[in-house]
Amino acid sequence: MIEVKNIKKSFDGRVVIEEVSAQMKAGQCNLIIGASGSGKTVLQKCIVGLFEPDSGEVLYSGQDFTSMKGEEKTAIRKEIGMLFQGSALFDSLNVEENIMFPLSMFTHDPLKKKLDRVNEVLNRVNLDGVNKKFPAELSGGMKKRVALARAIVLNPKYLFCDEPNSGLDPQTSLVIDKLIKEITIEFNMTTVVNTHDMNSVMEIGDYILYMYQGRKEWEGSKRDIIFSKNERLNSFIFASEFLQDAKDMRMLEETGQIPNHRNMDAIIGKGAPPPGLGQQ
Amino acid sequence: MTIFNDIGRYLLMIRGMFTRPENHKMYWKEFIHQCTEIGFGSLGIVAIISVFIGAVSTIQTAYQLVSPLIPPSTIAQIVRDTVILEFAPTLVCIVLAGVAGSRIASELGNMRVSEQIDALEIMGVNTKTYLILPKIAAALLMIPLLVIIAMALGIWGGRLAGTMAGILSGNIYDKGLLEYFVPYNVIFALIKAYVFSFIISSIPAFYGYYVKGGALEIGRASTKAVVVSCILILFADYILSALLL
Repeated sequence: MIEVKNIKKSFDGRVVIEEVSAQMKAGQCNLIIGASGSGKTVLQKCIVGLFEPDSGEVLYSGQDFTSMKGEEKTAIRKEIGMLFQGSALFDSLNVEENIMFPLSMFTHDPLKKKLDRVNEVLNRVNLDGVNKKFPAELSGGMKKRVALARAIVLNPKYLFCDEPNSGLDPQTSLVIDKLIKEITIEFNMTTVVNTHDMNSVMEIGDYILYMYQGRKEWEGSKRDIIFSKNERLNSFIFASEFLQDAKDMRMLEETGQIPNHRNMDAIIGKGAPPPGLGQQ
Repeated sequence: MTIFNDIGRYLLMIRGMFTRPENHKMYWKEFIHQCTEIGFGSLGIVAIISVFIGAVSTIQTAYQLVSPLIPPSTIAQIVRDTVILEFAPTLVCIVLAGVAGSRIASELGNMRVSEQIDALEIMGVNTKTYLILPKIAAALLMIPLLVIIAMALGIWGGRLAGTMAGILSGNIYDKGLLEYFVPYNVIFALIKAYVFSFIISSIPAFYGYYVKGGALEIGRASTKAVVVSCILILFADYILSALLL
């Protein structure tokens, strides 16, 4: 479990994160959502230690990560895997070498064992036979899957994903989302995903933290979102009329009524809700 | 105030490089890779420049030595000392600041903006030690070797030009090379080469490592790294000459 306590971060006197607290449980996909510039990436970077918070604590399984130094910090970092927005694969290394890098750096396993592990994780992300390809030869979705394979190759306890669907088509985004969800459950990892993708929220979000202008505006499950009366959250998540319709249809399904006074006959006539909204 | 801020960050970067490597084998591999990139990657341009510098020195020295009282072997002495003292260490290192320095700055800059450095940090790798130290160590090993090669090729280029242009015979040139030779000049040139190697590798590494922004900023960082390196090389050249000669 990761616990964030009153994290505050500012740059050149401008407060970017203000007193944010959250609990992210193991075996769950914990989503940090919010508009661009709301501070979700800064919050995630504070949690993984790429930024040092001005105040507050980040606890990994009860251990205060922010006050750790040197080898103690490195030990926690070895338990962290991260999927970056741009994949962050090493350009000069091929797929196999990219995934093998953490193994070569932190283990003394023989080459055969390392290769077996590389093939195992590549198979896990449904990407066989690309071992010798370089990042420049891969599509955006393949790069994300290679980066995910590299992130999980050391069996981390914590997985961080920064905008895993950015630049991907909706179908590939769903594949990545499903992989993240499956891996989280399979390895009982504490997964933290930064996203503003509505499909991801409804597909994989077990715990959702909504950031607004550097503050925690709302938290809850994806089911809570449907019934939330928070106007900022609603206008962010259900930005389009189509998504608002989908939300109302879902509420109608669950409660038999909708809180506002919209004409449901007209809404139902428009068609089915988007993927993820019609299913639990 | 920016300059003091930069100097402070540069010194912190240098201090941050000295930590225990996570895996010696991986660091050795990176060191060898950098030796290949810096050493063999620059060998061609160093060879071409050195031969032509020596050749031009011979022709221009002969052009200026018009007195019949000065023996032709003096040309070889002048070419030898000019190449060893100044052309091989300083001019070659200025060229290397452009070749190797810009490569170091753009490589690290690209790694920074594409979050590869962040990815290494998250894994628990000390990026200053893993990415910068092997580059500086490789430069300290390979650049003095390149300077020694440049000395030899420069002197040989002078001989080639002298004999081809009929300025002096090969025997006279060889005789001149041995006259009044001061071995300390070679030591002085190597001291300069070591100081310049450190500048050529650490300054671009600093600008590349701390780059912020995108492709445009990587280009700017590379240019700035080369300009600052060249200025520091010339400044260090003057200081070392004043102190050691």
